[in-house]
Amino acid sequence: MVKSNYIIELTNISKSFGDKVVLDDVSLSVKKGEFITILGPSGCGKTTLLRLLAGFNTASEGEIRIGGEVMTDIPPHKRPVNTVFQRYALFPNYNVFDNIAFGLKLRGVERKQIESRVKRALKMVGMTDYEHRDVNSLSGGQQQRVAIARAIVNQPQVLLLDEPLAALDLKMRKDMQMELKEMHRSLGITFVYVTHDQEEALTLSDTIVVMSEGKIQQIGTPTDIYNEPCNSFVADFIGESNILNAIMVRDRLVRLMGKEFECVDEGFGQETPVDVVIRPEDIYIISQTSSAMFTGTVRSCTFKGVHYEMFVDTPDGYEIMIQDYNPFEVGQQVGMIVKPSDIHVMRKERICNTFEGVMVDPTHVEMLGGKFECAPVQEVQAGEKVCVEIDFGSVELTDDAEDGTVEGSIRFILYKGDRYHLTVRTEEGDNIYVDTHDVWEDLDEVGIKIAPQNIRIKPLK
Amino acid sequence: MGKLFRLFFKRSNWALPYVIFLVIFVVLPLLLVILYAFQDAEGNFTLQNFVHFVNQPEVTHTFVYSVIIAVITTAICLLLGYPAAYIMSRMQSKSAVIVIMLFILPMWINMLIRTMATVTLFDFMQMPLGQGALIFGMVYNYLPFMIYPIYNTLQKMDHSLIEAAQDLGATPRQVFSRVIFPLSMPGVVSGIMMVLLPTISTFALAEMLTLNKIRLFGTIIQENINNTMWNYGAALSLIMLVIIGLTSIFTYRDKHDDINDAGLI
Repeated sequence: MVKSNYIIELTNISKSFGDKVVLDDVSLSVKKGEFITILGPSGCGKTTLLRLLAGFNTASEGEIRIGGEVMTDIPPHKRPVNTVFQRYALFPNYNVFDNIAFGLKLRGVERKQIESRVKRALKMVGMTDYEHRDVNSLSGGQQQRVAIARAIVNQPQVLLLDEPLAALDLKMRKDMQMELKEMHRSLGITFVYVTHDQEEALTLSDTIVVMSEGKIQQIGTPTDIYNEPCNSFVADFIGESNILNAIMVRDRLVRLMGKEFECVDEGFGQETPVDVVIRPEDIYIISQTSSAMFTGTVRSCTFKGVHYEMFVDTPDGYEIMIQDYNPFEVGQQVGMIVKPSDIHVMRKERICNTFEGVMVDPTHVEMLGGKFECAPVQEVQAGEKVCVEIDFGSVELTDDAEDGTVEGSIRFILYKGDRYHLTVRTEEGDNIYVDTHDVWEDLDEVGIKIAPQNIRIKPLK
Repeated sequence: MGKLFRLFFKRSNWALPYVIFLVIFVVLPLLLVILYAFQDAEGNFTLQNFVHFVNQPEVTHTFVYSVIIAVITTAICLLLGYPAAYIMSRMQSKSAVIVIMLFILPMWINMLIRTMATVTLFDFMQMPLGQGALIFGMVYNYLPFMIYPIYNTLQKMDHSLIEAAQDLGATPRQVFSRVIFPLSMPGVVSGIMMVLLPTISTFALAEMLTLNKIRLFGTIIQENINNTMWNYGAALSLIMLVIIGLTSIFTYRDKHDDINDAGLI
């Protein structure tokens, strides 16, 4: 067998609890000695992924290899990994020494060696002379240090960390981040770190895995992920950003906010709808409007410590976020300049909603678990399967869920400068994407209505 | 009027009815028991009652026998109750509730009626009444008191502790012996207290389940008091009270240490 230099290999991992799919066909390889962070909002499946690695849950499908050996169905106590839990999970019936020695004692390590290894681990986490303290008498930060010592003392091949700093206050978190990074360097073992804090991920990792809805969105170095997000979700989740709808006119030329801008991206074709990301710190704001690429009026200006954060309204109705060291007065006319290399173009995942439906009669189609009226269709028989297309802008959302043809809840909101792009999950579990100017909240229950003339019916390919 | 009003609405005054109740039904009787125990029939101070207890081998034997029966009952309850509590703590909360209900349901029926039913059951199955029937009856009556506190501690246990132990290399058996069982000790201790203490002083169960052939310490106290031997009966009660009190204090002190360790050092 060829020994690969990957310490962890996940192939086509899926996991569902009952009907709920938590991980959907995830594949991931981790190099030996890497600090890899799995980043995503709560409920994206990142903790489940870690629990599959630790062995607390078993994958519904797929294969897990650790250190080259298949571990898919191996129970946790036989895996060469150790976990640092979010809530520390120290044994309250043992003192600090016995907590750290727990794993070594189980493996029958000699008494003297246990003592010296525990001492070394305690020194490593900066807790020398705490051996005989009761774990309940320690502060949160100290408990987490003991938890880390308890894991690393076993010299695992992989250390799994499940949001280990989430319960600590900001100052302590910053200190611990630096210490973890230092620890990773000196131990040389692989760290798999789970967090929802993008700043923490950018600070600590060699590689970041961005997850959403049980799927991996992007894998890359922190700079890659920040500078070259592969889709609007990643761009929105990592750092602040202006995400706008645009048209790629041709290579190196993009039209957004009604103007044409030079950019450096190629290969999108001509007149193709795309998403554009511009980071707020990449926009230069000046008081002259004549030499600017586009203009606007300052609507708000907030001091953020290092920089000022300003929102500027453009004449075409877009709202742009800008970060600059100099403040501009509210109401002032300003001009903006963006370098071609700071305009980042991303392929759109979709340009309209596409569903599979069944014709009930010439004027009704059944889809998304409801019966929608549509413009009369010829040459399609009742009961036949069809492809249905609906533009983002023609979906109507109602406050009262029962007013809609079908009901749904809002799962993701993306601000696009002049409109909101919503992901609405229907009761059947389908996603319908909606462009709207109305302000909705995450998890709002809504009704979904579509006017008959806006439903385009095509024969199934 | 205003003064009365204020008196009524002072929060601490609301405790008054309870204080009166406790004084009449707990403190005064207790003082009377102590007073009677140190008096002879004429009301003179004496230690004769206690000397009498020590010099009557039949009574001391009964006392030791009662303690042994209580310990056996408690041990059986623990052996039966712990696995039951453990299994229930692992069940989904919905089905666990049903099983707990099934365990607690018999307690809605008066203990004497249940015991009479037990006697009938033994008769029906043509099994002799006696020591075996007595222990069976006591285990049957007190088992829920063992299961519930243990179930409670097991159920509240942080599941990540079990995962942490597995993660550090503990086999399922080691997880139990090194983490789950030690952490369930508070529940085990209160279960033991809830079963051991009432079983030491039982007398009605013994009467019914052994056809009065086996006498327990509780039976002797009851007989003495029924025969108007108030002072001797009070002395025996006091001895039992002191034993129960000492057991409680020892177990309480253990727990108290735990609390101290947890909070203060």
